[in-house]
Amino acid sequence: MALGDTLIEVTGVAKHFGEGETRVDALRAVDLTVRAGEVIALLGPSGSGKTTLLNVIGCILAPSAGRVVLDGEPVFDGKWLRRDLRRLRLDKIGFIFQSHNLLPFLTAQENVSVVLDLAGWPPDEGRARARELLDYLEVGHRAMVKPALLSGGEAQRVAIARALANRPRIILADEPTAALDGARAGLVMDLMRRLAVEQEACIVTVTHDEKIFDRFDRLIHLRDGHLVSA
Amino acid sequence: MNLALKDIRHGLFRFVLTCFGLGLLMTVVLAMIGIYNGLVSDALAVVKAPAADVWVVEAGTKGPFAEASSIPADTRDAVARMPGVAEAGAVNYQNLEAPHAGRTLRLYVVGYEPGRPGGPQAIAEGRGIGAGHFELVADRKTGLLPGETIRLGRNRFTVVGLVEGAMNSGGDPAVYVTLADAMALQTELDPAAQRVQAARGAVSVKSASVAAIIARMAPGADVDLLTATVRQWKHLAAMTQAEQEELLLASVVDKARRQIGLFLGILLSVSAVVIALIIYTMTMEKLKQIATLKLIGAPDRTIIGLIVQQAMILGASGWGIGLLLILTVKDYFPRRVVLEPFNAMVLAGIIAAVCLLSSALGVRAAMKVDPATALGG
Repeated sequence: MALGDTLIEVTGVAKHFGEGETRVDALRAVDLTVRAGEVIALLGPSGSGKTTLLNVIGCILAPSAGRVVLDGEPVFDGKWLRRDLRRLRLDKIGFIFQSHNLLPFLTAQENVSVVLDLAGWPPDEGRARARELLDYLEVGHRAMVKPALLSGGEAQRVAIARALANRPRIILADEPTAALDGARAGLVMDLMRRLAVEQEACIVTVTHDEKIFDRFDRLIHLRDGHLVSA
Repeated sequence: MNLALKDIRHGLFRFVLTCFGLGLLMTVVLAMIGIYNGLVSDALAVVKAPAADVWVVEAGTKGPFAEASSIPADTRDAVARMPGVAEAGAVNYQNLEAPHAGRTLRLYVVGYEPGRPGGPQAIAEGRGIGAGHFELVADRKTGLLPGETIRLGRNRFTVVGLVEGAMNSGGDPAVYVTLADAMALQTELDPAAQRVQAARGAVSVKSASVAAIIARMAPGADVDLLTATVRQWKHLAAMTQAEQEELLLASVVDKARRQIGLFLGILLSVSAVVIALIIYTMTMEKLKQIATLKLIGAPDRTIIGLIVQQAMILGASGWGIGLLLILTVKDYFPRRVVLEPFNAMVLAGIIAAVCLLSSALGVRAAMKVDPATALGG
């Protein structure tokens, strides 16, 4: 598969928590580049820095040092270079969570269209796009159902639809298949990959799920905040 | 997409129940406001009823409501002849209890001279007093009906008419009788007591004193000049209608008014705390959802809107339910509950302000939520 533009460029990123004797170095001089169409996995034991790296790329956590460029736009270089990080996330990044984190008071379709609503899409177009994604992910027939009535697999597919709704080019997933069985986990990863390729996006996934390792282009190992193999 | 309304619809039963609880609290607040107004209105009803301009009472007293007052009945003629006075009438006031239809009625008996100031302003049913003796006009709250009879003192009176809203500051409904009957009620002794007095050799003298003289002025006449003139008689005092009303509020109902006012203040404070607690709890229960919204890019205004709109809907619903309930039950209160549109509007303003302030607590908590909270399990 031909790879496209560089979408994530992390250079010399470090992150520590606390100072002095209580200081914990979660990330130490991490360099990472991810290009359009790539699907990569962040692997490592608990406390190795996977989620911290994901939060840094997702502009949720400010690194202690380093530089982050997303979709060609420098967003961190010793400090945040943009004030409206939420707008940046809305436009460029889609999140998929371990627990799907759908808003319980919205239907499946509304959970997808809420992102488009926030992004300023006209309501009709937002609803049509949400329905199109849900149909594509084969949960269109559950569009008007609240999350509490969806199965784990259905809810996760709705969450994927939400993450991809505004056509972000960076998709960050934290244990997206943790709640799914092997067959369903593979199916979800295949769907994510297909959509990512179609949208010229990249996917960075934190996972421990060995059953889906073969679905990734690269497996990136972290240990004690160091990137040990890519 | 209105997230506040969607969230309310999702937990509609719980939200309605919360609104109903708040509505009950608002009912109590509105009831207290109504009772407070009723107390003032009732207190002034008996003073306002004669539509007087000047009250002439016993010197050195604040009669006839704040203190007892007794002046010669013929003072009325002297007052009526004074310059600027259009008409004058003598009045008497007394409380008594009378048995009627198996229960005891506590009544405020107003004695007046038919055809002169001091009687009821408008007859709601039946007619005014026509005969010289033993007829009465009663306030509807007494439960008496035209044609019924009731024993007052040693005589039986016939109810000939009904009025509305006539009572004293204690809320006792008024009955109007002729001044002669009222004076007899005040002075006539039980036969056994009469025999004891006769045996003691006491001379039975019918008192010819009344509580006050009410004067209505001719158009353009100087009220202050009249009161100043009356005060020159050392045994009389005079006050204007406004002074009489102020006196009544300042002395007779002041403590009750302050008591209710203070209780109302406490009740409003409790309501504010309850509203704040409800809104804060509602927000705290949504923190994970707020974190998710932040993570997917929702701006602060969306999150603030979610909290503030829900707070305002809660407050408005509670106020509406409270208003509806109090309007439904207010006539069942033993004392009058007087609610003016202004009171309801002021309470609406207070609740809106409380909801806004309370939602500020929730907004503060929501603003502190780290979007990273949405990640992980």
